[in-house]
Amino acid sequence: MTDRIVIIGNGMAGTRLASELSARGGDRKVTAFGTEPHRAYNRIMLSTLLAGAIGEPDVQLAEAAGHGIDLHTGVCVTAIDREDRAVRTDRGDRVHYDHLVLATGSRAVVPPLTGLTGGELPARVVPFRTLDDCRRILAVADRARRVLVLGGGLLGLEAARGLAGRGLEVTVVHPVPYLMERQLDPTAAAVLARTLADLGVTTQLAVPATAVLADSHGVRLELADGRSFDADLLVLACGVRPDTALATAANLAVGRGVLVDDQLRTSDRRISAIGDCAQHGDTLTGLVAPAWAQARVLAQVLSGADPSARYRPRPAVTRLKTAGIDLAAMGDPGDGPGEELTFTDPASGTYARLRINHERLTAAILVGDNPSVGTVIQLFDRGQPVPSDRRSLLLGRALGTGPAEPATTPALMPAAATVCHCNNVDKGTLVESWRRGARTVDEVVAATRAGTGCGSCRDAVAGITDWLSTVESVEVER
Amino acid sequence: MTLREADGEVAVLPRWFPTNQGGLCQKGWTAAELLDHPDRLTTALLRDPASGELRPASWDAALDRIVTGIRTVQANHGRDAVAVFGGGGLTNEKAYALGKFARVVLRTRHIDYNGRFCMSSAAAAGMRAFGVDRGLPFPLADLGTADTLLLVGANPAETMPPLVRWLTEQRRRGGRLIVVDPRVTATARQADLHLQPLPGTDLAVANALLHIALAEGFVDHSYVAGRTTGFDEVRRAVAEWWPARAEALSGVSVADLETTARALGGARRAIILTARGAEQHAKGVDTVTGYVNLALALGLPGRPGSGYGCLTGQGNGQGGREHGQKADQLPGYRRIDNLADREHVAAIWGVPAEEIPGPGVPAYRLLDSLGTPDGPKALLVFGSNPVVSAPRAARIEGRLRDLDLLVVVDFLRSETAALADVVLPTAQWAEEDGTMTNLEGRVLRRRALRTPPPGVRTDLELLAALATALEQGPGRPAGRDRGPALSPEPAVVFEELRAASAGGLADYAGISWERIDAQEGVFWPCPELDRPDTPRLFADRFSTPDGRARFHAVQHRPAAEQVCATYPLHFTTGRVLAQYQSGTQTRRVPALRRAAPAAFIELHPDVADRLGVADGEPVRVRSRRGELIAPARLSSAIRPDTVFAPFHWGGIARANTVTNDAVDPISGMPEFKICAVRVEKVAAT
Ligand SMILES: Cc1cc2nc3c(=O)[nH]c(=O)nc-3n(C[C@H](O)[C@H](O)[C@H](O)COP(=O)(O)OP(=O)(O)OC[C@H]3O[C@@H](n4cnc5c(N)ncnc54)[C@H](O)[C@@H]3O)c2cc1C
Ligand code: SF4
Repeated sequence: MTDRIVIIGNGMAGTRLASELSARGGDRKVTAFGTEPHRAYNRIMLSTLLAGAIGEPDVQLAEAAGHGIDLHTGVCVTAIDREDRAVRTDRGDRVHYDHLVLATGSRAVVPPLTGLTGGELPARVVPFRTLDDCRRILAVADRARRVLVLGGGLLGLEAARGLAGRGLEVTVVHPVPYLMERQLDPTAAAVLARTLADLGVTTQLAVPATAVLADSHGVRLELADGRSFDADLLVLACGVRPDTALATAANLAVGRGVLVDDQLRTSDRRISAIGDCAQHGDTLTGLVAPAWAQARVLAQVLSGADPSARYRPRPAVTRLKTAGIDLAAMGDPGDGPGEELTFTDPASGTYARLRINHERLTAAILVGDNPSVGTVIQLFDRGQPVPSDRRSLLLGRALGTGPAEPATTPALMPAAATVCHCNNVDKGTLVESWRRGARTVDEVVAATRAGTGCGSCRDAVAGITDWLSTVESVEVER
Repeated sequence: MTLREADGEVAVLPRWFPTNQGGLCQKGWTAAELLDHPDRLTTALLRDPASGELRPASWDAALDRIVTGIRTVQANHGRDAVAVFGGGGLTNEKAYALGKFARVVLRTRHIDYNGRFCMSSAAAAGMRAFGVDRGLPFPLADLGTADTLLLVGANPAETMPPLVRWLTEQRRRGGRLIVVDPRVTATARQADLHLQPLPGTDLAVANALLHIALAEGFVDHSYVAGRTTGFDEVRRAVAEWWPARAEALSGVSVADLETTARALGGARRAIILTARGAEQHAKGVDTVTGYVNLALALGLPGRPGSGYGCLTGQGNGQGGREHGQKADQLPGYRRIDNLADREHVAAIWGVPAEEIPGPGVPAYRLLDSLGTPDGPKALLVFGSNPVVSAPRAARIEGRLRDLDLLVVVDFLRSETAALADVVLPTAQWAEEDGTMTNLEGRVLRRRALRTPPPGVRTDLELLAALATALEQGPGRPAGRDRGPALSPEPAVVFEELRAASAGGLADYAGISWERIDAQEGVFWPCPELDRPDTPRLFADRFSTPDGRARFHAVQHRPAAEQVCATYPLHFTTGRVLAQYQSGTQTRRVPALRRAAPAAFIELHPDVADRLGVADGEPVRVRSRRGELIAPARLSSAIRPDTVFAPFHWGGIARANTVTNDAVDPISGMPEFKICAVRVEKVAAT
């Protein structure tokens, strides 16, 4: 068994691994280092924090620290000595490992624009990745009126929407002709842009930025088409890049991320990598679900609970999570074999496009109010066969199984339908009692005993009596 | 109106149907026909050693056989080798007498009851959060005035018709009803919003709702600070449950989760209720706790018109668990492992406290140990039919067969009675006086409407007779001078119960039959006759030592058994006391179906299509533990990844042959609500 495990990174993946290991007990020694000075927090809730409804304590995560985990926050690992199986920290400590885990995540990309190339970013230019970034954005936003967001991907739009919700004037600048081009098609993106506009977010598409000018009073973004925008704050949301610096320096095999196999091992079998910094096959995941799945597999392997556990990637689902926008995207929306289902209602900002091949969902884009979204995501995630009634994929509960409408008339009830179960009285019997002269609810009840049990059918008996009194001469049975 | 239209046809909403002899809690209001049913037992039955058949016998012969059997077993294997299995349908008096009989006459630690299969998860969750377990800490009528009512895994429209009145009232006043259920039940059809999660994911839904409540500012922070403990850990635990994550797991959309959280958080009065659907899981206690956490975070418990509650089953689900037929309890919801509690009860019983045995084991473990080398060799069953109602029933049936002595007290020849060595005919509710306690903690009278038929004795009479017989005659255990007083009179037993419960959590000391009559039921705790009872709990404090409610951080975990290639579908069970009659069915299956519902397996049409099964054709549901065969009932009301069967039937249609016997680590509740199965077409013969 592995005795000393060292984890580099106290982000979403590292924290998860620590608690998975701690939950499995055993007497191994686990040491974790995190550059960020904070206790573990949920990074994806930073968008919500930015939107202002919650406070910092609300984004904290449960920590395994103290439960067999030795956690050092605010400590950065500066080097890996594979020979000696030890890591060095910026405090000058040297810590030995039997197994080392890289969970260093990724860093926000700072685009190479004029004005951003000199190391330190200007105070009014902030990326959006960490709690500290969030604090900086909020500190400026407090006294700001106008905000620019560079990048119309998932993160940029979440930031834009959150800041607009605080009453700021927000403009998103995106170099591609449509938003979230990696997940959406142009129609979906257009629907999304309209929804954003209604929420106070303006979009400038198909135009790259060229330069940033910032001083203590404001920031100006210059665009390739000659225009420029002034604002109090510029948020950079230009994508992320896996943090592979330590791995590269230690001569591990690195592609775009640290290369790992199905057991999350790097080219050194005593070192693993999980989360945003890892590259499994061709894939950089960049999402929490796979990071946690990897943490779980690695914990099984390292704890010996299941030494042959393997990471099996599942197809990613993108979900934009922000007030007033409901967006889900999965699979490759491009053309492919199979059927395609679409639904568009521009007036309500609703769009759905689903691709089905061999009875399985291969891709879907859902924007706006799509009641089937939960079902679609599950079917895609689990690879289960789609319903034969395809309409339910678009309309969800609205169709078939939805809440039934109250009947407009008892005329449509079959005579054999039981009205009172306590006394087993069917509609035919009620009608019969009417024919024999019962004319009020009480008389019908007296004649049939319907409703004399628990009484919950009284309404129905009354309704049928009412109806009988209006259709007296009509043949009422069918 | 309760008329509903579905698929162009109209039917009256299904309602309660009183047929539940095989189920969990026996019905109080057993239908009139049952009283004079031709199958009604009016004589004791003894198994004839030669033929192996159950034959009519005299009471004396039957009691003799029981006494000899018990003495032999106890002489050879010790006192704990005799066990007692009770029922949630027994009156308070009977539940009390049964507990006392086990502890004082048999002096065995092994007593538990079928309510374990019903209530135990909610009871344990309530205990650990509020320090007390009363189904509803407020009167049922409060449901009628709730602005938002969240029902989790509850289908009262089919299982508790009296409650539907309050739901109707609630909606008439413009309140919102939200139902969480994997199936589109009769109750779900009435809801303003129906969340249809994958079975076994209710806890993830609860955590996501709290996540949203936090993110949108609905948490009542001053309540949390002033009246609770442990919130920080819960806050961090639910930070992991952002809605999109719960959505992928449960299939409930983010939008629906948000609507629900807002409806609860924005309501002036909101009530959250859980029932079997959330509770009958190996994580039942944690699931209920998830919803309790949500209620506490929103500041609901103790606020007038708001709160958390659990819908108990029928019969005496609440009272049946308060007076000592639970393995770890003494009357008044006292703990059997607490010294002061033991001493109090011992004084009432007139025995030394150290003579009261310690805690036994929960129902399933008890049943699963029967006839094994270390387990009981004799069992007395009252008001329960475990052959049908226990999980993994085929195995339990085998355990019962391994017993040296099985005694079943029933009024019909149930599936369990059919295995017995001795069957004793007992009275039905309409033939006995007594009290029951409903889910509101309200103690109600049951009045005898007629006398039992000749040859039939009440449970109290036969317990008294059995106690006397065991304490007398040759071979009587040495070292005891006087027999314990076990009265056959319910009024006398109730007086004793009052004294035994005095000072306990469920304090009945101030409740008399006269008072119950005068005020239409009395809410416990009620320590004094001339002081008010307690319709609403928690107004000022919770029943915990420090008066604060306790949060417990809980996390979703997968069901004990996961679907796989061999067993690709989820299987869930439940109660259907109603027959949903669409015109089509009525035409195809004539009058037959009107009388009583029959066993069925509910399948999504797509699943049936793949199997090539038509509506009404027999199908087989197979799990690792066994199989069940019943006609398919096609319905788009069920998820295509799930099949459902009601658990009321025995024999080949017994759903519990298939269910999983994994149990909750805290409550011992078996995982009735989810296991992995495959469904097959039954080849025509
Ligand atoms: C605002 C925002 C919203 C998001 N929303 C979603 C979403 O909705 N769904 C989703 O699935 N994903 C979302 N993501 C992505 C998600 O947060 C990441 O996929 C996830 O955080 C990856 O986890 P990780 O542990 O690999 O990396 P991180 O969470 O980035 O953690 C890495 C940690 O390692 C530390 N570290 C790095 N190097 C060292 C070193 N040498 N020594 C010590 N510590 C070091 C870093 O400081 C950091 O704390 C979002 C991200 C952001 C920023
Ligand atoms: S009287 Fe009715 S239908 Fe009539 S209720 Fe009782 S349950 Fe039912």
